[in-house]
Amino acid sequence: MADGNSITPRDWAAHPPLIHPDYKSTVKRGPTKPLVPIRHSLSELTGPVYGHESLAPLDNDLTKNGAKNGEALGERIVVTGRVLDELGRPQPNALIEIWQANAAGRYVHENDRHDAPLDPNFFGGGRAVTDAEGRYRFYTIKPGAYPWPNHANAWRPNHIHLSLFGPAFASRLVTQMYFPGDPLLALDPIFLGTPEGARNRLVSDFSLDVTEEGFALGYVFDIVLRGPRETPMEAGR
Amino acid sequence: MSQWKQTPSQTVGPYFAYGLTARQYNYPQTSIAEGAMAGEEVEGERIRVEGRVLDGDGAPIPDAMIEIWQADTRGRYAHPADPRGSNAGFTGFGRTGTGTDPKCRFVFDTIKPGAAAEGDAPHLNVIVFMRGLLTHVYTRIYFSDEADANAADPVLSAVPADRRNTLIADRDGNTYRLDIHMQGDNETVFFDV
Repeated sequence: MADGNSITPRDWAAHPPLIHPDYKSTVKRGPTKPLVPIRHSLSELTGPVYGHESLAPLDNDLTKNGAKNGEALGERIVVTGRVLDELGRPQPNALIEIWQANAAGRYVHENDRHDAPLDPNFFGGGRAVTDAEGRYRFYTIKPGAYPWPNHANAWRPNHIHLSLFGPAFASRLVTQMYFPGDPLLALDPIFLGTPEGARNRLVSDFSLDVTEEGFALGYVFDIVLRGPRETPMEAGR
Repeated sequence: MSQWKQTPSQTVGPYFAYGLTARQYNYPQTSIAEGAMAGEEVEGERIRVEGRVLDGDGAPIPDAMIEIWQADTRGRYAHPADPRGSNAGFTGFGRTGTGTDPKCRFVFDTIKPGAAAEGDAPHLNVIVFMRGLLTHVYTRIYFSDEADANAADPVLSAVPADRRNTLIADRDGNTYRLDIHMQGDNETVFFDV
């Protein structure tokens, strides 16, 4: 039976479990009872709609959007990629919000007490909306690693936080993008909380094609969201 | 077999505030959504929805982020999949952190939604994010003064009877209150959306 009103289920072979004891904060915060199944209705199949009108001109350029009196410090990078569904269809008009530490591994957040300098010319937050091919592009500074209190001598790998709205409330995703070759990945309980077969999806690829000569190194990070199921009608086209 | 597999979720972490809820936390960036959801032009009954998010020790969590997605007063979602259109100026989406209220409450000022379909009870769709939650969780908030509609609601009816109260906010004047319990005897029902 054709069913145009459903979305692919959450793939628990991809997503981390709700309690992962190596990441200590999960122990008292992750739900312990089984999730209750729900039949999708408009409540799950709709979601907030944001488009290009939601953006200001420098929103996708973190090297400039926090500048006060000079250039942001650190290694300039380009982060680009496509947002797709599980059938490989581009997701246009998807809002991506990002936030990250500066090059020294310090967040502007007032609770961040790491003894590393703030950069007066770097804020660390930005937004982009995907184009008709599902493509987004950010200019930013490569974030630094930083220590955290999970266990002795614990350091987070370099990462950028991303928040995405797909076509529906059910396709909502908050994730983190990592960098290739980072030795801290093998030690990070947040990264390692992800099922092994899915971890490499969180690691961006270095790309010389995306790298801008004389300006910034390029990284590619494609993101796959839950999407509408393929209906028999569409499959026949 | 698809070659495109879901990108894994990761925690929102402790430092989301300046990126996702900047205005609420007084960081110099705009926000795409806030706890104040309904401007004067929006039709509907003004309500406040508030509560705390409690950990396994019963302690209020000061760094959770709550998002709600709701229908307008006539039960319509502001999204192309809902052909009925919706209230002008009402996006139906709100987002707030628990870090600016002295009691660690989330607070939404919105309108009471209508029922989105016949047989459904009015409700808010809720996502909970926080440090220590590697994958976000979904829940719903129903309203205590909708007892008849709640009794008929297919989603609420599928929840074990002794846990339904974890989804129903108590009305006091124009304020509805409901705490979200991440764990414990009164653990909130989270859905496999």
